[in-house]
Amino acid sequence: MALLEIQDLHASVDGHEILKGVNLTVNAGEVHSIMGPNGSGKSTLAAVLARRETYEVTGGRVLLDGKDLLEMKPEDAAREGVFLAFQYPVEIPGIGNAYFLRSALNAIRKHRGEDELDAMDFLPVYKEHMKLLEMDDKLMNRSVNEGFSGGEKKRNEILQMAVLQPKLAILDETDSGLDIDALRIVAQGVNAMRSPDRSFLVITHYQRLLDYIATDFVHVLVDGKIVRSGGPELALELEDKGYGSAEADAQAALSA
Amino acid sequence: MSSSVDTIRGLAEQDYKWGFITDIAEDRVPKGLNEDIVRLISARKGEPEFMLEWRLNALRHWFTMKREEGEPKWANLTIAPIDYQNISYYSAPKKKPQLDNLDQVDPEILRTYEKLGIPLLEQQRLAGVAVDAVFDSVSVATTFKGKLAEMGVIFCSFSEAVQKHPELIKKYLGSVVPQTDNFYAALNAAVFTDGSFVYVPKGVRCPMELSTYFRINAAETGQFERTLIIADEGSYVSYLEGCTAPIRDENQLHAAVVELIALDNAQIKYSTVQNWYPGDKEGRGGIYNFVTKRGKCLGVNSKISWTQVETGSAITWKYPSCILQGDNSVGEFYSVALTNNRQQADTGTKMIHIGKNTRSTIVSKGISAGYGQNTYRGQVKILKSATGARNYTQCDSLLIGDRCGAHTFPYIEVRNATARMEHEASTSKIGENQLFYLRQRGLTAEDAVSMIVNGFCKTVFKELPMEFAVEAQKLLGVSLEGSVG
Repeated sequence: MALLEIQDLHASVDGHEILKGVNLTVNAGEVHSIMGPNGSGKSTLAAVLARRETYEVTGGRVLLDGKDLLEMKPEDAAREGVFLAFQYPVEIPGIGNAYFLRSALNAIRKHRGEDELDAMDFLPVYKEHMKLLEMDDKLMNRSVNEGFSGGEKKRNEILQMAVLQPKLAILDETDSGLDIDALRIVAQGVNAMRSPDRSFLVITHYQRLLDYIATDFVHVLVDGKIVRSGGPELALELEDKGYGSAEADAQAALSA
Repeated sequence: MSSSVDTIRGLAEQDYKWGFITDIAEDRVPKGLNEDIVRLISARKGEPEFMLEWRLNALRHWFTMKREEGEPKWANLTIAPIDYQNISYYSAPKKKPQLDNLDQVDPEILRTYEKLGIPLLEQQRLAGVAVDAVFDSVSVATTFKGKLAEMGVIFCSFSEAVQKHPELIKKYLGSVVPQTDNFYAALNAAVFTDGSFVYVPKGVRCPMELSTYFRINAAETGQFERTLIIADEGSYVSYLEGCTAPIRDENQLHAAVVELIALDNAQIKYSTVQNWYPGDKEGRGGIYNFVTKRGKCLGVNSKISWTQVETGSAITWKYPSCILQGDNSVGEFYSVALTNNRQQADTGTKMIHIGKNTRSTIVSKGISAGYGQNTYRGQVKILKSATGARNYTQCDSLLIGDRCGAHTFPYIEVRNATARMEHEASTSKIGENQLFYLRQRGLTAEDAVSMIVNGFCKTVFKELPMEFAVEAQKLLGVSLEGSVG
């Protein structure tokens, strides 16, 4: 059954239309990759799905598990299981990493009618995930993302995702700025989380990440629209020919 | 963007949650200020002659100041004129309860404390905190006296100290803040009604944190507290002061004086959480909090540390200061000041270095929301005698929304070339990206703001005693939005 249904989605930033009619269906358990050139609207799509308020939806419909996602505030979407791994994770000075994540987890658990976790219950879970992501224990009590290296920030995003266990995980250019080792660790973290009731939307500019994360579908976003969709082989083709070819093919298809 | 601005606006418009009025019969003197009123106050309190003289001298000086210059005008504050003759300078609950028995305290008063979340009975059970509760102007309950007395610690109301320990009062009263110090200190010296007195004898480490909850209750009653804390050689004491006040239509003048004296090798830690009624959204009502707080490190190796969390009052005028007289003495000032709606705060500290190798640390965190105006004003003065003096100052401002203001006025005066001074300052805004990040993880906008603000204040909260730090976070939460996780 469809976990996410995007129908003719239009969105603007500061009055400029960025998304110009996106259609996409993601079923539970699937991994979809969105590729496309810079400025094509990939990050805008991610932000709109996470309900960032600086992005204005001007048309279309988005259903998450049958519920109207566009009616939700960012925290509502998060509590319903939408997680966005940020391209540029934000620093929160003075708030410990573990404390922050436990507060977030408890907000979500409360929403689901589950008991909140105290520090004693939470820390073992947290530490276990840190270990899998080969993160230094010291980061636990450091302020959120403050003074973290680029790689540490990205791993911290995956750590949060692992603890929060979302239904729909959106990875916004998580591979950017990562060296090969960090990329491998991040990908392992994602692969370990694959399950029949969790879906992924992997946004990336390069095919590289897809060497590590097995994707079911690849979509090419150009100028605010998905112009081609296919299997994993599409990513390899794009790597060879570039986005220009996808665009040209799309033009050809339109004029045919 | 607009909706996140709306969210912040919504948070800024949170109502004061602890406004309620307790119905108690009052005993008060007629409105107005003159020598007869001062004599009446002194007589009601059964004071010895030297106290009356001291008060009258203060009053005469105050009249001179009033005539010649009026109130201090250098602060970055807009203050409506105050009619000093339209204030009643003394009020006390009529039923005077026994100080040693909580059962005899007016149940109405106890219920008030319970509403504030500070039930005395529970605090007594919890132990570790001795409470000298001041309701309006007279102490109504004092606890743990026995245990303190065993160690020779005196912790009582100021009135009681005047009766029982006049020699200590005579020696130290006005020795740090003279009656003539400033306009509001002179007013306080003339008409102060009560407050706390602490004496910790030589070599004694006070076994518990001493705590006083103040509360203004009578309409149009100025509240003039006077606190004196003396730490004798080699002693240590930690003192907590906290307060909330009920909603009132008219401005209430509050001009307290606190004097601290630390002798050789003694340490005093003074922590405040202040939450007087701040006025409504348009700035009507609310407390005028004009406080003079000063500590003197009289002895060598002594240390005085001020920590304050100021979230309340319509206007705050307050500069807890340290005179570092003894060689190697240390002064500290850690401050969080929050102004929301139409609140104004002009607060900071003075560090006066006199002795050799004296050190001072200043950490100030100002938060402005709504139309709040927040000013840090600090003076660091290194006198010629203060060879090897050091100061570190950090003052940070956080803005929430775009209609508030943050201002910083640091004054540095150095007369000894060996001094080392460091000054850091920053101003930041809560960013939409920070809010979105926290909300994307499931936190509400309110909790997100609260979390960011608490993170900003962390270095100051760290200085508060544990239970006070929790209370401070709550207050900050209440002042800005709902609650802090």
